Amino acid sequence: MSILVDKNTRLLVQGITGNEGLFHTQQMLAYGTKVVAGTRPGKGGEWVLDGKVPVFDSCKAAVEATGANASIIFVAASFAPDAIFEAADAGIPFIVCVTEGVAVQDMMRVREYLDQKQVRLLGPNCPGLLTPGEAKVGIIPGNIAIPGDVGVVSRSGTLTYEVLYALKLVGIGATTCVGIGGDPINGTNFIDCLSMFEDDPHTEKVVMIGEIGGTDEQKAAQFIASKMTKPVVSFIAGQTAPPGKRMGHAGAIIEGGAGTASEKVKALEAAGVKVAKHPEEIPSLLK
Amino acid sequence: MKLHEYQSKQIFAKYGIPIPKGRVATTAIEARQIAEELGGLVVIKSQVLVGGRGKAGGIRLAKTAKEAEEVATQILGMEIKGLPVRKVLVDPAANIEQEIYLGITNDRAARRPVFMASAAGGVEIEEVARTNPEKIIKVHIDPLLGLRDYQARDIAIGIDLPKEYWKQFVDICRGLWRAYMDCDATLAEINPLVILKEKSLLALDGKMVLDDNALFRHPDLAEMRDVDEEAAAETEARKYGLSFIKLDGNIGCMVNGAGLAMTTMDIVKLFGGEPANFLDIGGGAGADKVAAAMRIILSDKNVKVILFNVFGGITRCDEVAKGILVALKEVKPTIPMVVRLVGTNAEEGRKLLADANMITAETLADAAKKSVAAAKA
Repeated sequence: MSILVDKNTRLLVQGITGNEGLFHTQQMLAYGTKVVAGTRPGKGGEWVLDGKVPVFDSCKAAVEATGANASIIFVAASFAPDAIFEAADAGIPFIVCVTEGVAVQDMMRVREYLDQKQVRLLGPNCPGLLTPGEAKVGIIPGNIAIPGDVGVVSRSGTLTYEVLYALKLVGIGATTCVGIGGDPINGTNFIDCLSMFEDDPHTEKVVMIGEIGGTDEQKAAQFIASKMTKPVVSFIAGQTAPPGKRMGHAGAIIEGGAGTASEKVKALEAAGVKVAKHPEEIPSLLK
Repeated sequence: MKLHEYQSKQIFAKYGIPIPKGRVATTAIEARQIAEELGGLVVIKSQVLVGGRGKAGGIRLAKTAKEAEEVATQILGMEIKGLPVRKVLVDPAANIEQEIYLGITNDRAARRPVFMASAAGGVEIEEVARTNPEKIIKVHIDPLLGLRDYQARDIAIGIDLPKEYWKQFVDICRGLWRAYMDCDATLAEINPLVILKEKSLLALDGKMVLDDNALFRHPDLAEMRDVDEEAAAETEARKYGLSFIKLDGNIGCMVNGAGLAMTTMDIVKLFGGEPANFLDIGGGAGADKVAAAMRIILSDKNVKVILFNVFGGITRCDEVAKGILVALKEVKPTIPMVVRLVGTNAEEGRKLLADANMITAETLADAAKKSVAAAKA
């Protein structure tokens, strides 16, 4: 079992002919994900990867021809908002946006529109998600995680890989690993994922990886305390981050003294969450 | 990206917001000329990208043009919170009846822009939020609809603005909203917006912060960046699309991914070391980017060891390894280097680096410990 994606997911890749789009489509196919279509305006009718995936001019045409029910976006930041709107208007219910650097006002409009249409977005600026042994939608390397009973949700990309890898080394696997992305305004959040993991019968424990900036971890702590029966282990990045500086992720900034790692750790510990001092400590806290 | 007061007010003026008739000066002589043109009492305001200029003595009145020159000489020689003052704004002094706060920012939790206003203007809004939160009116704006006039009137009513100013206030709100939208701002603030004894409104001070992610569609605004006000290495890093922040330690960190870069700093500290920087080489980093990153780290003479921590996803480890090799040839560093490659194409990456005489590490903790040991050796 899993959340959000599984072996029945029919994936559309927006921006499939670009370098990253093509490379990761190949990786996703090799993992067993059903990549049914790609889009690139002007290249409709072509095929990529030795005739494995058809390319369409638009999401609408791709959905009509292939019944795609999820999409992943690999287009440049200036085109990403349009790509999200296009996927939503084509009737795709779940959209993953890997692209980093999307303007925040664009994201406010995107989020407002998607909420009205009840379309789920993951990202932007996220690594996507991985249901080990079933499907990989995004860029998380498939070989660093094994199937298991731990749900993983994270604001980071490579830090998530770090954690999955540390879990795998001691034989712990994941139901699904979700990277929600590092932007201040995004789609799916911690509470959405915690709630889905709580409802997923195969998830026994949850790992939540947060970082400085905003109040999402504090809100998640409240949710964990009031709604969750499954144990949660956490790690918060940015203990050494100076205030007022954006630490790479657009959303990772301590503003007006708020959003520090220590206040998040405090809120999580008060909610009964075990918080690791470094990512490789997480496996021992899960036992 | 932060804009100076004078830049922000120039933008406001384009959107019909009334601002004082002053100009910016880089020398005391210029300041005197502007004061002469304006006539009467002027205010000389340091233009630096930090708050608390007034308290630091960076905003002062001058009665005559001669005094303006003297005051400007003093202010142009100042440093405020470590930043040298290179420009002053010379504005005519205003006859103030009341000071109001008016600003728009992104409310991250609500995922919407929010107008904030307070009848207690002139002080930092964070201060009002702490001491008198009930004195701040907040109105969230639907990002698809934009500001509606009734919302602007609601703000005016909320701060007990006398009726005679409502029309002008609504116009100013509209202008501020358009400036915020058109410039892709994350903050557009008038503090204070004043009611003059002459019975009209004037934006006495202004501040804008722009979304770096949106600068691609605002080349004119991107040119307004004041690179004098940031560390040279940070300017250099931005040229290569690297995210770099200088810290005070001696262990240089080159990491892919912001979360992992922060964690690498944290774990270095956890094992008794001090990180010299935050550096995220980003997704899909090629050889030229890695070489630039290495030069930037090595430009800090405190750095005693470089820790490369690369977990391949979109970034391929062999690409990073090639970058390291190119950089090694070019920069010829003499300090020890610890390298850890895991994930996409890690095997190929490790093969490429086999002859490069670097300390290798398997786990993150191992890499941190080895770096701390090398820095202390």
